[in-house]
Amino acid sequence: MSWAFLRDLLSGVNKYSTGIGRIWVAVVFMFRLLVYVAAAENIWKREHDEFECNIKQPGCENVCFDHFFPVSHIRLWALQLIIVSTPSLLVVFHVAYRENREKQHNQKLYRNPGKIDGGLLCTYLISLILKTGLEIFFLVLFYKLYNGFKIPRLVKCDIKPCPNTVDCYISKPTEKMIFLYFLVATSCLCIVLNLSELSYLIFKYSIKCYLKRHMKKQQ
Amino acid sequence: MDWGALHTILGGVNKHSTSIGKIWLTVLFIFRIMILVVAAEKVWGDEQDDFVCNTLQPGCRNVCYDHFFPISHIRLWALQLIFVSTPALLVAMHVAYRRHEKKRQFRKGDQKCEYKDIEEIRKQRFRIEGSLWWTYTSSIFFRLVFEAVFMYAFYFMYDGFRMPRLMKCNAWPCPNTVDCFVSRPTEKTVFTIFMIAVSSICILLNVAELCYLLTKFFLRRSKRAGNSKQQPNHENKEETKQNEMNELISDSCQNTVIGFSS
Repeated sequence: MSWAFLRDLLSGVNKYSTGIGRIWVAVVFMFRLLVYVAAAENIWKREHDEFECNIKQPGCENVCFDHFFPVSHIRLWALQLIIVSTPSLLVVFHVAYRENREKQHNQKLYRNPGKIDGGLLCTYLISLILKTGLEIFFLVLFYKLYNGFKIPRLVKCDIKPCPNTVDCYISKPTEKMIFLYFLVATSCLCIVLNLSELSYLIFKYSIKCYLKRHMKKQQ
Repeated sequence: MDWGALHTILGGVNKHSTSIGKIWLTVLFIFRIMILVVAAEKVWGDEQDDFVCNTLQPGCRNVCYDHFFPISHIRLWALQLIFVSTPALLVAMHVAYRRHEKKRQFRKGDQKCEYKDIEEIRKQRFRIEGSLWWTYTSSIFFRLVFEAVFMYAFYFMYDGFRMPRLMKCNAWPCPNTVDCFVSRPTEKTVFTIFMIAVSSICILLNVAELCYLLTKFFLRRSKRAGNSKQQPNHENKEETKQNEMNELISDSCQNTVIGFSS
């Protein structure tokens, strides 16, 4: 079980997506997943070892690290990637349900089980809203947990057993900050893609509905 | 999920590239990604552990390392490779869109559609003309821009491409100007120069491909301007022969590029 599982999952989703949905999948693969695995993971690999406090008191470093990093950036990033990709599964399940129904009744109930219309459209729209909501949730969480998207070089810590206010130095703060901004930028890009896909679908199907009604009236 | 996944994604683009594009792809995978994964990552693996400063002051080493290496070489290269590979996805998306349209035509039972079955549409190799030419050319242009931007960023951040042995640091909390020693500076310089050289080769290949496409475009336009109906058939036969040769070259290239994982 590794990131390859997520990759295979998203490839499955790609089949039933609109054009913008496919761009979203490509952005998630290339700019988020690949950057995470190829670059970001290694920066945070030894964050605890390289976190250094100006004190010899045993336990002080541990306690200060735990205070300033309740959940490490990189773990939050991984959680965000997994949770944000999950709503797309709703669409896959719905299509599988449709195909199952066709098999059970042994007749063609849908013109094309993978086409986004009717119930599948609702599922798709819900998945888009969920994805956007979760992205915004994680961005707000990052902001609240770490007081903005800044990583200082120096933090002052005075928790027991540290005897007084102690200087603690975070390793590679600039590099971490650059990748954090990269994460925020790609999240915002994904939010924009989701919102445009949402408006595109709503617009397309309301025009379709309106035209259908117009044709019926004419008849 | 690793560089191997990128190889799978870009391998699909290979079929629709020109010969120079196929050479570029091979250079990218063998001389850049493979070298990065197999060798360079190990050279930079212990960069902070073995960055030693001549002081016992806690925190001085961390701060000096952060000051001299705002973003590590290895991460910059990884980002460069990702950004440089991304424009090829534009071509992949355009090809997928064309295939989707042809499949739709086929399903509607359009008489204009000349395919016997869906498999043929899936396996078809599209020629680089029309809107695909514009997508392909803009992808090469973006590749060039990204390569140039990253090379400049590298040069700007590290004052050239040499890795010095010794750096003098007086950032707080270092008590005074302190000597800091970089680990494996010569090896790092060698790899940096190697990666820069391969980047330059890739830039040259992209420029050559751009010139080739532009030349082909203008030649085609001038031929079409003063052409009769009979000549296009002859031109098509020559182009299909060239395409077959390209396919043979690409197949032999593909066989030498073995799938790998980091």
